[in-house]
Amino acid sequence: MKFGVVQFPGSNCDADAFHALSAIVRQPVEFIWHQSKDLAGCDAVILPGGFAFGDYLRTGAIARFSPVMRAVERFARGGGLVLGICNGFQILLEAGLLPGAMMRNQGLRFLCRQVHIRVQATDTPFTAAATRGQVLEIPIAHMEGNYFCEAAELAELERNNQIIFRYVRADGGEADASDRGANPNGSLHAIAGICNRERNVLGLMPHPERAAELGLGSADGLVIFRSLVASLAAEARASGVTAAVPA
Amino acid sequence: MIDTEIKVTPQIAAEHGLSPEEYARTKKILGRDPSFTELGIFSVMWSEHCSYKSSRVHLQRLPTRGTHVVQGPGENAGVVDIGDGMVAVFKIESHNHPSFVEPFQGAATGVGGILRDIFTMGARPIAVMDSLRFGPITAGHGAGGATAEEIARNRHILDGVIRGIGFYGNCFGVPTVGGEVVFEACYSNNPLVNALALGICRREELFFAKARGAGNPVIYVGAKTGRDGIHGASLLASAEFSEESQQKRPNVQMGDPFMEKLLLEACLEAMRTGAVVAIQDMGAAGLTSSSSEMASRGGLGIEIDLARVPQRETGMTPYEIMLSESQERMLLVAERGREREVFDVFHKWGLDAVEIGRVTEDGILRVLNHGEVAAAIPAHAIAEEGPRYARTIAAPDAQAVAIGAGPAAVAAGVPLAKSGADLTGNFLRLLASPTIASKRWITEQYDSMVQTNTTFGPGAGDAAVLRLKESKRALALATDGNGRWGFLAPRLGAMHAVAEAARNVACSGARPIAATNCLNFGNPEKPEVMWQFSEAIDGIAEACRVLETPITGGNVSFYNETLGKAIYPTPVLGVLGLMEDAGCALGAGFHSEGDLILVLDGLAQGGGLKAAASSADISSSEYAKTIHGIVAGLPPAIDLAAEKRLIDCLVALAGERAVLSAHDISDGGLAVSVAEACFGRDGLSAEIALEAASPQDFAEAALFGERGARAVVSVAPASLARVNAIAAQYKVGARRVGAVTRAELRIQYEGATVIQGSIESLRRVWSEALPRAIENA
Repeated sequence: MKFGVVQFPGSNCDADAFHALSAIVRQPVEFIWHQSKDLAGCDAVILPGGFAFGDYLRTGAIARFSPVMRAVERFARGGGLVLGICNGFQILLEAGLLPGAMMRNQGLRFLCRQVHIRVQATDTPFTAAATRGQVLEIPIAHMEGNYFCEAAELAELERNNQIIFRYVRADGGEADASDRGANPNGSLHAIAGICNRERNVLGLMPHPERAAELGLGSADGLVIFRSLVASLAAEARASGVTAAVPA
Repeated sequence: MIDTEIKVTPQIAAEHGLSPEEYARTKKILGRDPSFTELGIFSVMWSEHCSYKSSRVHLQRLPTRGTHVVQGPGENAGVVDIGDGMVAVFKIESHNHPSFVEPFQGAATGVGGILRDIFTMGARPIAVMDSLRFGPITAGHGAGGATAEEIARNRHILDGVIRGIGFYGNCFGVPTVGGEVVFEACYSNNPLVNALALGICRREELFFAKARGAGNPVIYVGAKTGRDGIHGASLLASAEFSEESQQKRPNVQMGDPFMEKLLLEACLEAMRTGAVVAIQDMGAAGLTSSSSEMASRGGLGIEIDLARVPQRETGMTPYEIMLSESQERMLLVAERGREREVFDVFHKWGLDAVEIGRVTEDGILRVLNHGEVAAAIPAHAIAEEGPRYARTIAAPDAQAVAIGAGPAAVAAGVPLAKSGADLTGNFLRLLASPTIASKRWITEQYDSMVQTNTTFGPGAGDAAVLRLKESKRALALATDGNGRWGFLAPRLGAMHAVAEAARNVACSGARPIAATNCLNFGNPEKPEVMWQFSEAIDGIAEACRVLETPITGGNVSFYNETLGKAIYPTPVLGVLGLMEDAGCALGAGFHSEGDLILVLDGLAQGGGLKAAASSADISSSEYAKTIHGIVAGLPPAIDLAAEKRLIDCLVALAGERAVLSAHDISDGGLAVSVAEACFGRDGLSAEIALEAASPQDFAEAALFGERGARAVVSVAPASLARVNAIAAQYKVGARRVGAVTRAELRIQYEGATVIQGSIESLRRVWSEALPRAIENA
């Protein structure tokens, strides 16, 4: 089982995702350069946070044209697991692997703070190890995390249970529309993370790799990585290949 | 020489800021008249900003050596040993004038510049801190008579600076972990933007900006050169402001943090090839300073041809190319024959890398343009033989007036409340004053967590704490300065700046090991400004010696004056601390109900100052300014030995995990310190009972006095005996003043309740003051 972390020139959370996976979750990890035309045989791919190409235009607008994104698209269409964090989520939206778009935060300011998100569904490879309704404390750090999509798309997301994480209050209660404390960027329906219909591609704005060690404030993000490891292990067992036992 | 250039005359030299003597000196060095390009080179390199001509004679008095110091002042940044084969590289620098003229780009490029100083030495930046000072953003006593127009402009400057810092650091991918934001009327037309950056690397990975090997290629890397920032160092940073200052906007550089991120990765990767001999960033004075300083340090010369310099505008003259301060550029010397390895790395990152010249043996900086000589000057003369002035020093008369006889508070006319009076209203106003109010609204606009090392980010502790992934250790970082105290007594104020930064580091559990300073002053040609500067240097030197925090670098920013009015003399100190075990890091906030609250006092057992000193020193406090509009008297007296005892005690307590939190007593005094410790965790509050320290003591002094060498700590009841024993061992007083509760905050003085209120209402006032002042303006 091997994880790949894609490196765009302006990725700046690539090393953090690498550290969380290798030092904390203790899985093999490899960086994949944005010019690469393949994914080096990785079993799951992470598009990390950062400013892929400076993002002076629109976040992720240039990154989607990187050679590596062809490979990521092929991998995703074939059922491969793709996790987009923050800028990675924005890139997945631009690439059309997830529906919707990001607008600037409601306050028009960059926001870095701990937030609470609720696990809405556990029938994904990214949340299988969590419990439904579980509240995770994970930080955000972005200027454009105000998720938006058309009403029809939103209905579709709701119907297919594709909204995987929502911003909530610390006690897990709903964040009402005016509650900038709980829904800091004004996201539609307090959406913090969604997956595709096939449930193998997930994007979220909060940074689970920053919530992987108690010494840094929270280890709640680990459940996402551990879910991935467990899902890959189960898949490997199903296909008769022996896999490393997750740490 | 190119003969199409403008012929240099004494008047042109004067317009370049060179005095007649300095101009004569350039002619003596060259043995002829300088060319126009040469004049430009001399004028930037001999500017105050680059040459330190007014400060050097004083800076020599600073202590620069110590057990941890690997590299002191003179390189791009200071370097200290942090164990396990690792070194920390750090430095603070000002970008004051550009931030006034163009707040967003000025602050952004300030961050960019200090980051390059760190990675040019081979270290990856792991944290940035910003020490910011603005004019008032709210009306009232603290505003010092600022007009509504000034207040609006100050908000605009603040907003631009904050956005600029976030824009640069967030994209670059370095956490901005704290700093200070202070408001005083004197910064209305001259904000201070001091940026500190910290990096780490293995000791053998360090790089120095010292050219070696005649014949080695000189390679230009990074962004292309444009006309931006020409004379940023000389005309912008080395002159006071007048009404026409807004016209200086073209002198401000433009920042591109994405480019800087590419430059960082490419530089570190190129250094790892082993093909790089020396490297220096093109900061102030751009190509001029990087080429001449690298040559000078190596005792060699450099020859470059400007025709090969990547340019983003056409028709640039040699003068413009040499003086451009376009950002995100570096100059490096590679090993002859291994250029390809360097080029390959930079091309991988999509960056220009062009051989523009070579190292020579003759010691001359020779600048060619299409083969024609545009400048030929001994490199050492430009970089090291600039003018040095022992400028006239004179104490201002006003200084004597401010020092009254008897208790300074009374002399300065601070009206004291009646014994037993309720001070809650004053306390609320203090909590809402912008200098004391929560800075969360600002720090949330910075990514403070990227790189996943931030154990304690902005506001969580007295210092920022960064764990080191490479070891068990952690680094702590704090910046401090108090311009008001610097104004009232420059030497004492400077000592306090060092002591407070070191105390903050110790409160986080780390041992202070080294310092960097940013010295913000007015016009050095004024004897009273030079007196302030000289006094401040003596204060810093003495405090750094006693607290064992040698100065490893920094910068001097003179000419912080607008229309002849100088800022408060504001030395800002950045102190770095080292913690053996990151798990011992202490936050400022209380932990649990029932914990005991103690005041540790370095003075209580050591003598030196009279214990009652606290009572007299309120007239220079944040309280006197905010509540009564008084800035007078003297800063509290300081006892450096007591500060050292407290620091050692705090480090020992943290190392044994004997205390649960530590927060120093500074701006706003004990009352603010206790309240802030409550605000750390939902629902916690405190019950405090204070007694008079002496017959002269009074409630305001006990609550709001800012005398140093003190900290508020919280302790689990079971640890009390151990804490007392450790405090006694370090000859530090440990006075139990109360307990952590879940009720109202209540502070009693001599048995009477003087402050009382729900912690939630206090927190609201404290946390909403800044966003309310700026967003709802």
